[in-house]
Amino acid sequence: MPAATAFDEMYGIGSAYGRASDVDVSLAYRSIQAWIDQSPPAVMAARRRQAELFFRRIGITFAVYGDPDATERLIPFDIVPRILARSEWNILEQGLKQRVAALNAFLADVYGPRDILRAGILPEELVLHNPGYCLHMAGRKPPGGIWTHIAGIDLVRTGPDEFYVLEDNARTPSGVSYMLENREVMLKLVPELFNSLKVAPVETYPEALLETLASVSPRKARGGNAPVCVLLTPGSHNSAFYEHSFLADKLGIELVEGSDLFVRDDIVYMRTTEGPERVDVIYRRLDDAFIDPLVFNPASMLGVPGLMAAYGAGNVTLANAVGTGVADDKAIYSYMPEIIRFYTGEEPLLNNVPTWRCREPEALGYVLDHLAELVVKEVDGSGGYGMLIGPHAPAATLAAFAAKLKAQPDKFIAQPTLALSTCPTATDAGIAARHVDLRPFVLTGTNGVHIVPGGLTRVAMTPGSLVVNSSQGGGTKDTWVVDD
Amino acid sequence: MLSRSASNLYWMGRYLERADFTARLIEATQRLAALPTSYGGAGNAWESALAATWMTRAHKERGLTLDEAEISDFLTLDPSNPSSIRSCLEAARSNARAVRTALTEEGWEAINTAWLEVSRYGTHLESREALGPLLDLVKHAVSAFEGAAHRTMLRGDAFWFTSLGSAIERADNSARLLDVKYHLLLPRGDTVGGSLDYFQWTTILRTVSAMTAYRWVYRDSVKPWLVADLLILNRQIPRSLASCYDEILRQLDQLASVTGKRGPAHRLAAAGHARLSQSNIDAIFAGGLHEFLTRFIVDNNRLGEAVADQYLF
Repeated sequence: MPAATAFDEMYGIGSAYGRASDVDVSLAYRSIQAWIDQSPPAVMAARRRQAELFFRRIGITFAVYGDPDATERLIPFDIVPRILARSEWNILEQGLKQRVAALNAFLADVYGPRDILRAGILPEELVLHNPGYCLHMAGRKPPGGIWTHIAGIDLVRTGPDEFYVLEDNARTPSGVSYMLENREVMLKLVPELFNSLKVAPVETYPEALLETLASVSPRKARGGNAPVCVLLTPGSHNSAFYEHSFLADKLGIELVEGSDLFVRDDIVYMRTTEGPERVDVIYRRLDDAFIDPLVFNPASMLGVPGLMAAYGAGNVTLANAVGTGVADDKAIYSYMPEIIRFYTGEEPLLNNVPTWRCREPEALGYVLDHLAELVVKEVDGSGGYGMLIGPHAPAATLAAFAAKLKAQPDKFIAQPTLALSTCPTATDAGIAARHVDLRPFVLTGTNGVHIVPGGLTRVAMTPGSLVVNSSQGGGTKDTWVVDD
Repeated sequence: MLSRSASNLYWMGRYLERADFTARLIEATQRLAALPTSYGGAGNAWESALAATWMTRAHKERGLTLDEAEISDFLTLDPSNPSSIRSCLEAARSNARAVRTALTEEGWEAINTAWLEVSRYGTHLESREALGPLLDLVKHAVSAFEGAAHRTMLRGDAFWFTSLGSAIERADNSARLLDVKYHLLLPRGDTVGGSLDYFQWTTILRTVSAMTAYRWVYRDSVKPWLVADLLILNRQIPRSLASCYDEILRQLDQLASVTGKRGPAHRLAAAGHARLSQSNIDAIFAGGLHEFLTRFIVDNNRLGEAVADQYLF
């Protein structure tokens, strides 16, 4: 989709770049525009270099799978912040709370009484035969009854008042470290902007996360000691390892690998220099399939044998719970408006993108006929891997994708290509419009729901590109919720 | 503390120390090799540098010559040499990265910056002129890390395990350095204290940055038994074996004060410490310096293993 037709968050229309004087700038962006106008290109360039140096020195890197030359790469950081007015954010916040509450209720239901299936809202086989549905969890209730403690909801904007949820990440959403580090960098780079704008702080996230984790500890009823929380990482070769270590550091909890934990008599311990120490809550950044070789993938060296038994016995809490992948599924996503109505009795506050489920023959027919206009995604995909952007794909790719669709229609959904909003972005050729999305992080514990204002803005650094995933070369921006 | 973290910190300490030692060794060797042959320069200087890093065999297996450029490549940037400076810094960094949370930001930055800068040199020295800046960089980086650790790290098990690793490695390096030089055959007719000997022994002092210290302590010309005395028994020299064992014992005591437990590592360290305290240099020479050093190296390795066992690495 050419940038010119997209909604620009500063100018309203993207084509205004370079001739901005005669175009109205949205209220929230006025200070930013003034700041841009007062910064000669050389100053902007110097700021960009400084930012990059900062990121490289503190070692914020990101590994890209399948790219041997880039085991550790820097995610491009854009120094122009993305602005949301407080009034806009308030609406989003309500919508996010509603959506995550519905997701948690849905998970509790499909692993419990299955009311929603009995009511015929969703086809039973779509849930129960879903690869993300974990049979092992059927009939179980995690401590506190909470399934997705940390959810990342991807939002895109298409107009002044139009926001869509692009996908729900109820498994192990990543990126929050960038939200926090981006702010640190911006505070160092442009303190003057923070003086003139009232920017809502994000630095409370680690504390909120720790409180959320502690609130679901199975041991807290016993009183006495504070619950022992740990962060379980697949290890330093994982693409998000930096984030794992960063968060463990900010939370002040141990960063453990599978081999650091063991289970005895259904109780999880970590191996310390002083002997075994009991663990209560595991913030795990390891996928379900690898978590316990005795129950899931027997070849996994990353997990902890016996962990699921300890979990089942109620002696340890996993955050997020096992089996939340079913809520990430993009075919189930297409039912989110119905799911929200079913559990909350309210109309959804955030829009869903209209979605064709290729598992339905009629929808498949439509998708095959209109492939060049649509975005096609794997139902259980993430990170932008394995998706097709019709309008940007050459004919050969389209044909190959059509064949894949016909072979396994169940695996795919399709959506119209949304005109993602653009934001002013510093490029080598000056300030230009680039497409963005937004991932706010929603924390749910027995202590309530907590959302840090803003979230992670991802930006497609290539002109016109709609792919913002860091694994596909996307960058990030600091996100400011500003009082209006 | 997680046992794995303790292990990472311990090895991070060891690798940084080794990188620093290798840098100093190369510097001193370069100086020695630059001397006219009649003063003890030429080929054997680089041969003994290889021996001091225990790389003689690996070097031979790779079919490299004793040419200065080839050896300095091998010792500095060769990624296939697990003890090259580059490999040491890479290992130190990957250990540090795994325990990023146990380090302070400044400590991590020192290691990360060192690795980024050294990796910029690639795997091969472009010219002889590049060597000096590279070695300086490494020495500065290790000092920067130690300074950052000293100034910013919590005095807790993370600090103690790191220091313990450095001290054990330093003891090992000093002992190996002495042992190698002890083996150097003197040309016939050259008396102890002769010109060739002088440069060999001062090379040792330079490697551990103790040339000036020697003058201050002994106010005497360079004599091999005094060099040995300084580097084995003198507690004022931070790289002497006695100093290293003071340090090792101190870190192990700190760890014990937290866990309330003492184990085989404490016993071995105390025994090593006692041996150094109760010796004098005459007795060591009488019993054979080489025999003393060999035993020390073996005992020191055993101590390393005991630390790993005791803290469940």
